[in-house]
Order: sequence, then C-alpha cells, then structure tokens
Amino acid sequence: MNGWLTPRNAVTAGLLAALALLPLYTALTGNAFVMTLFTRVLILAMAAVSLNLIMGYGGMVSFGHAAYLGLGGYAVGILAKEGVGSGFIQWPMAIAVSALFALVVGALSLRTRGVYFIMITLAFAQMVYYVAIGLDRYGGDDGLTIYKRSQFGGLVDLNNKMLFYYLCFALLLASIYLVSRMVNSRFGLAIQGARSNERRMRAIGLPVFRYKLVCFVIAGALCGLAGALLANHTNFISPAMMFWTRSGDLMVMVVLGGLATPFGPLIGTVTYLLLEEALSRVTEYPGLFLGPALLLVAIFLHGGIAGMFERRAP
Amino acid sequence: MIRPLIAGTAALALVASPAMAQQKTVKIGFISTFSGPAAAIGNDMRNSFELGLDHLGRKIGGLPVEVVYEDDEIKPEVGVQKTQKLIESDKVDFIVGYIWSNVILASLKPLVDSKTMTVVTNAGASQLAGELCSPYVFSTSWQNDQTPAAVGLYMNQKGVKTAFLMGPNYAAGKDMLAGVQTTFKGQIVGQELTRWPDQLDFSAELSKARAAKPDAIFVFYPGGAGVQFVTQYAQSGLKGQIPLYTAFTIDDLSLPRLKDLAVGVPGAQEWVNDLPNDANKKFVADFKAKYKTTPSFYGAQTYDAVALIDSAVTAVKGDLSNKEGMRKEMEKADFKSVRGNFRFGNNHIPIQNFYLQDADKTADGGYALHTVSLIVKDDQDKFHDKCPMK
Amino acid sequence: MLYFIEQLLNGVQLGMLLFLLAAGLTLIFGIMDLVNLAHGSLYMLGAYFAATFAAATGSFVLGAVLALAATFVSGVALEVIAIRPLYGRSHLDHVLGTFGLLLFFNELVRLVWGPAGMTLSLQSEMLTAVQIIPGVYYPAYRLVIIAATLAVAALLYILVMRTRLGMLIRAGASNREMAGALGVNIKLLYTLVFGLGAALAGFAGLMQAPILTVQIGMGENILILAFVVIIIGGIGSIRGAFVAAIIVGLIDTIGRAFLPDLLRAVLNTNAALTLAPALSSMSIYMLMAGILVFRPEGLFPAANR
Repeated sequence: MNGWLTPRNAVTAGLLAALALLPLYTALTGNAFVMTLFTRVLILAMAAVSLNLIMGYGGMVSFGHAAYLGLGGYAVGILAKEGVGSGFIQWPMAIAVSALFALVVGALSLRTRGVYFIMITLAFAQMVYYVAIGLDRYGGDDGLTIYKRSQFGGLVDLNNKMLFYYLCFALLLASIYLVSRMVNSRFGLAIQGARSNERRMRAIGLPVFRYKLVCFVIAGALCGLAGALLANHTNFISPAMMFWTRSGDLMVMVVLGGLATPFGPLIGTVTYLLLEEALSRVTEYPGLFLGPALLLVAIFLHGGIAGMFERRAP
Repeated sequence: MIRPLIAGTAALALVASPAMAQQKTVKIGFISTFSGPAAAIGNDMRNSFELGLDHLGRKIGGLPVEVVYEDDEIKPEVGVQKTQKLIESDKVDFIVGYIWSNVILASLKPLVDSKTMTVVTNAGASQLAGELCSPYVFSTSWQNDQTPAAVGLYMNQKGVKTAFLMGPNYAAGKDMLAGVQTTFKGQIVGQELTRWPDQLDFSAELSKARAAKPDAIFVFYPGGAGVQFVTQYAQSGLKGQIPLYTAFTIDDLSLPRLKDLAVGVPGAQEWVNDLPNDANKKFVADFKAKYKTTPSFYGAQTYDAVALIDSAVTAVKGDLSNKEGMRKEMEKADFKSVRGNFRFGNNHIPIQNFYLQDADKTADGGYALHTVSLIVKDDQDKFHDKCPMK
Repeated sequence: MLYFIEQLLNGVQLGMLLFLLAAGLTLIFGIMDLVNLAHGSLYMLGAYFAATFAAATGSFVLGAVLALAATFVSGVALEVIAIRPLYGRSHLDHVLGTFGLLLFFNELVRLVWGPAGMTLSLQSEMLTAVQIIPGVYYPAYRLVIIAATLAVAALLYILVMRTRLGMLIRAGASNREMAGALGVNIKLLYTLVFGLGAALAGFAGLMQAPILTVQIGMGENILILAFVVIIIGGIGSIRGAFVAAIIVGLIDTIGRAFLPDLLRAVLNTNAALTLAPALSSMSIYMLMAGILVFRPEGLFPAANR
C-alpha cells in the first residue's frame, strides 16, 4: 500500500464520517427512521466482520453464521422473559453461549473440507433454528417480544436511540480493530497461510486445527454479541433470523464488500442493505435489479467492491 | 470507484426523504399480506377498505385521506419492521389490518409505545383480548376462540361424540384448537399441529386422523392452506366417510377454487354475505359491481374499520391528537356494521352473533356461501376478565 | 400396522420428489463443481409452467410435457447467459451469483404470474383414494408420482450407464480435466447436463403441483433438503442421491407421524405438539452431520476429491 490517500481509504473514511454524523442529521430533520435503519446496518456489519474473520481471512466458508445472531438474541430474550433484565448478565451470556456453540460446531466440522464444511455448518445452524421453533415457552415460530431492553443500572440507557446508535458504532469499530489486530498477528498469519496451503502450515509445525478452532470461536462470540444488540434493537427475536437464507445474506454482504479486507464487511453491508431499501421504494420488484446486480458482482468484481479499489494480482 | 459512492448517496437520499408535515390529512397505515398465496386475503381487505373510503367520498371525518399499504409477508419479524416504518417514517395517525395473530403480537409493542390508534381487522390473539389489551387497540373481528367455540356448540348439536383436531402451529392455530375444546362436550381422540406456513402436505396427518376413527374432524387452515387441506381431505377418500367441521377454512376467497369440495363442509362465522341488514346489502352489492367477485369476511371486517375510524375523527372534529376523545367514541361502536350492530367488550373486542354457514350451488352454476342458522347470540370472548381496562 | 404402511408410502413419495431435485443438483455439482442455489427456482418454474399450460390446453399431461420442455429450455438459456461465467470460480462466487439468481427468479415470477400463486387441478378420478391392500387407502395420484419417478430413475440409469453421453457424464464426474484433455466438447456437455438438471427439477415441481403448491419461493425449503440429500448420498452419485432421498423422505415423514405420540408420553401435550415437528426436522440434519463426521464423502462417493 503506497501512502494513506488511496481511493479505497478515502471512500472508507468518508463512509465512517457519514456514519458518525448521521444522528445529527436525524436530529435536524426529525426523520428517526434513518437512524433505525442504520443502527441495523451497523449491527449486521458487525456480524459480517465476524464472518469475514473466518471466511475471508481463514477460508472457512460457514453457511450457518446467522445461528450466532439467533443464539445471542435468544440469550437476551430468554433471560428477559425469565426476569433477568440486567445487561451485565445477558450480554456475557450471549457471548458465552455463542462461543460454546462455536466450539462444539468447530470441533466437529473443522476436520471436513470444502463443500462438506459448508454443509455441516449449515446443518448445525438449521438444528438451532428448529430447536428455537420447538421452544413453545419462548414463542416458537411466532417469536418473542422483548419488552425491556438490557439494563445497565444507570450507566447507559439503551432506550435512548442516539446513545444506542453510537454504542453499536463503537462496538463495530472495536470489532474491526480486534479482527485486524488478530489477522496481523502471528496467529492470524498462520490462519491466512492455512487458507491457501494448509499442508505447508502444518509442515512448519503450526497447530493449524487449534488455531482455526480459536478463530472460529472468536468469530462466533463476536456474532453472538451482535445478536444481543439486534435483539435489543428490534425488541423482538424469532427463529426466522436464523434461517439459512439469512446466513446467505451475511455471506453476500461479506463477499460484496471484499473478502479479507478490514472495512470490506462494513462497505458490503451498507451497500446491500441500502440498495435493498432504496430499490423497494423505487420499484415494486426490487429483486429484478438486486439479483442480477449480485450476479454481476460475482462475475466481474473479483474480490467484491473493496477489491475494485485496488488492482490485485489474480 | 465513484459509482458505489454515487449509488450510496442516491440510496441514502431516497431513504432519508423527510416525512411530510401533517397538513390536516388523515394518514392511515395498512398492514396485510400482499405476497404469496395469502395475497388474495390482503387484496380483498384492501379492496374493501378502498370501497369503504369511496362510500365516504374519500374523506374521514371530513378530512382527506392518505393510505400507505405495507406487506408483512406472513412473517412476524417483517410485520414489526413495517409497523415501525409506518409509525416512524410515514408518521401515520391510524394503523389498520393485521391478518395473522403472530404478526400482531410481534408488532404490538411499537404500536402501544407510540400510542398509535390501531384497528385490527382480523387477527384475534387471546393475549390481545386479555392481559395485553390496550386503550389504543380495537378489533373489528373477534377473539380466536370465539369462532371455533361456536363450531364446538354446533358439533354438540349434531351429536358428535369423538373428534380429531388439526391446525397450523402458530398463535391462532393453537387458539383455535383450544377454543373448540371450551364448548365441545365429546372426547378428543387426537390433535395435530402442522408446521406453518410452509407445510402444505397433510397426508401424514390425514392418515393419522383416519386411523383414529373419530366421529368428526375439526380443522382451522386459513387462506391457501385451507384450499390445500380440503382438497387433500377429498383426495384421501375421507370425504363421505368422516364429516369435516371448520373455522376460517372455507370462505368466499377459497370457494371458487374448491367448488364442489366445499359443499357439505360447514363452518362458523360472525358475518355471512347474505346477512339482511342495509349496510351489508350495500357493501356486498357495490363490491360485486366494482370488483366482480363476492367479498370475504376479511373484507367485511376491514370495511367496518373505515366507519369506525370515521366515527372517531368526526367526534373529535379532526383533532387527531385527541386520542382520549377518539378512544371514547370508538368504544361506543357507534356505526353501522355490516354484520349488524354490535357492542365492544371492555377489551375492545366485539360482542357479537355467530352463524353457521355452508356452501352450495347457485342458479347460474357458481357456488356461494349462505347462512344456515344462528349458533349463538351476543357471544363475548372468555379473556375479557384478564384485561385490566374497565 | 396398516397405518404404518400408509406413512411408509408417504415417506417414499416425499423421497421420490427429493430424488428428482437431488439428482439434478448432484450432477451439476459433481460435473461442473457448481453450487447452484437457483436450482429451487427451476423447480418453481416447472410448477408455474405446468399450471399455465394445463390451464391453457385443458389437459394435465399435455401441460406437463410442455412445461418440461419449457423448463429444459429455460435451464439451457440460464446456463449460457448466467452460469457459464461462474465455472472455475470459488464456491463463494457461486453462492453469491446463484443467490442473486434466486432473488431474481422469485421477483420475475411475481411480475409475470402475480403474487397469489396458482393451482393445478386434476381429473376427479385421480383425486380418489384407491385401496391398494385391504384397509390401506392411498390417493391414486400419489402412486402416480412414485411410479413416474421410478420410471425417470430407470431412464436416468440407462442414460448414465448405457449411453455415450452417460459415459461422458461419468467421466466428467470423476475427472474433469482428463475428460477435457481427451477432447470431449466440455461446453456442450455442461450445457446439456445443466439442462437435464433443470428438467429434472422442473419435473419435480410440476408433479407436486396438484397436491402441494405453486407459489413464489417454494423452492427455498426443499432446496436445502436436496442439498442434504446429495451430501448424504455422495456428491456426483445418482445412486447415492436415490438412496439418500428415500432415507430422508422416510425420516421426515415417519418422524412427523410418530414422534408427537412418543413425546406425549414424556411431555405435556402442548410442548409435545410443538417440539415434535421441530425434532423430526432436526433429525435429518443430525443424520447428515453424523455421516459427515464419520464418512465425509457420503454414502456412495463418485469421485476422488
């Protein structure tokens, strides 16, 4: 990378500035819906960042990542329904449950390769989906309304929409930072090496399986936290948020923005969700345009949108 | 490189268009289903609502009206998002609609938190009639248990001793099966809840029903699923062997597709298209003239919502911020309903009659539903005690 | 016992539909190494074409034949226009691209046929149940589905095992590069295979239309089951797809039929009622995960991968 002012960095900086100033725009125009929309964007971007860690950098294509959003969300929802409203308990629980699930799934799945890995991660996610449907007490298929957002005992009031927006923004930036530190460490370089040639990594003596598993667990935990945020944002959690097509959405957002780039997931999420929203206002048939757009990105834009900004050797 | 930037800005601009100031227009948000097989229901409701507005000269309480239609895709999570959009982005004064119990339950919190006057024109979740009742939410339909309870009464009258129950596995399905058991005096020899909304193959459950050898089968399958069920019931050979009693499974929308299969399969309803009051005659006649088909009960309930809202806005003389005043007026149910006049219970759910309906062939070779008899008069739901409102 | 036989038949019939979908999917995956999320869209198109042509011609059979042809042509067109650029790319690119196609087709169908879905009706003789053994009633049309799919399976077997085209397909499935190096017209082969897969999917769609549904997005639920089937059966293996499809069909149906009663012995009614369908759906995924842990290539792997 030659110097800071590359086109990609300029766009990223501009995007970050716009996101930071968005609540001011909302306050000026009185349009609360924009902030609601973008809070959702930030939360899903965080989920995309976690997926990028394993999929983009690690080459582990997980088709069941939406399960962690659900696990985190249900942790908050179930605890809230049972009377435990404190965020200090709910959020760590969300992270812990997701990390544990990732540990189990990773331990069983990381021995498989290619499309088999894709399918087995999908299988586990669908299992969680069906368990959630079977939970009659927590709404089952109808979902669970969360009447009170997580309480932090006076520290921060999540009902304040602007505060909640900035909290999500801060957590998103923190995850991007965390991920980029991880992938640039020796651990991260091993993971990236394993993506292109696992045998060689193992030959060097690196415990590839263990590293991959750690990566997988961290990604799951991060996504679980995003799930807790999502449940707070919508005051509602349902099994539908874990259906395989939602994992597909996450994958699209990551690939769209550019695999293995720090801000790619954010760019991809913003683009995808905004495009969806804008198209649905302009036309009655948004899919007619969104679908082929995705196809064209897959065919022509190697490395997604972020990849457009730099010529990468094939 | 510039392109995503431009696209993003354009998208942002489209999304961020500030909501219009309220210039004395009544803005109504309408949530229903406009995709998938249930779109037929949503369209019927929209058509009836539009007809109701036409009958009032496109004015509510003398003020011009604007309606924003949104599609919930039968999904609770989409319904709550669209509800929030109507409240926050479109800043509507009223919200009307909701076919599905699970969608209204998911959407309830934003509605009540924002104090938006809501008229639910179909969904009848028991929680809405009980502990979750709200001063801002009214129903022009019923509570889910009422209709199947009426069917249960009818089954007693017919001397049915054993029954097999089937329904979809969501809030309304469970309410329906519970409802028929509140009045049915016989024995339940089996119950099945099927996956909703994607399970449309009932072969396994029908085989079970056959094996249980009941005197009768009771089902609740709304919309397109109703067509699938009644068709498969006939295909399996059960028609003619074991009688079928229904709630909300055969209606004016599914009848043209079922034709002969619907004859002899009775159901209960609070409104039938041939009820002899003036408002109904006008509604059905004008609907047939404008849309060339018969309206369904979904439409009838939605048509009533127009008159209900009109009475409220008229009473407060167009001051839409006077929610208390509108609520008081709406509680009087002071309008001409197409089902005949009714009153509201303390929980804003109608206290009304239920009729037995059946299908038969008409003179011109088509099929129509007609009233067979009155099952119960001025029926009130069993959940009104749980509602804290007086 | 008789009730059990009825449920067994239901399971087999579901398995047959899954086989039709899985066969095409496994061929496309095995030979072109393409993850095709739009396969369910071709299934949907088959159903819609059939409903339209049957209504226009007044005959189910004629409508079905026309629909089959139309779906084959659509598959070929799709392959030439949109799928070809994806060959050789990463599976992720496939997912992205074919996911886009899935969205596109859902919307296209809504544009052309409207949002409400369609019905495809049969003559009333087909509607009645026949007594195949004393006490066991089964709808005639469902027997037709089983019979027709078995016929298709037999034809596929003959095609793959006994014809030159089939030999090329098998060669492509086990070693793509070698087949190309031997001078086979790979482009044409790929197009034909894709078209064949599309026709099979369309056939499944139109066969289930009279008893199940013709609506937008109908492919999404069954597509994932089809993927599970090909993983269990082994990618690239039609025989594996057949066996796995029957297994999955049986598990799903028998589970739905008998689990609720089993559970009711342990739990209270309401909990059992909602848990049972969930458990029976889960069981299929647990089976797949289990197979992948112990036999990652599936039951009848076709190639050295």
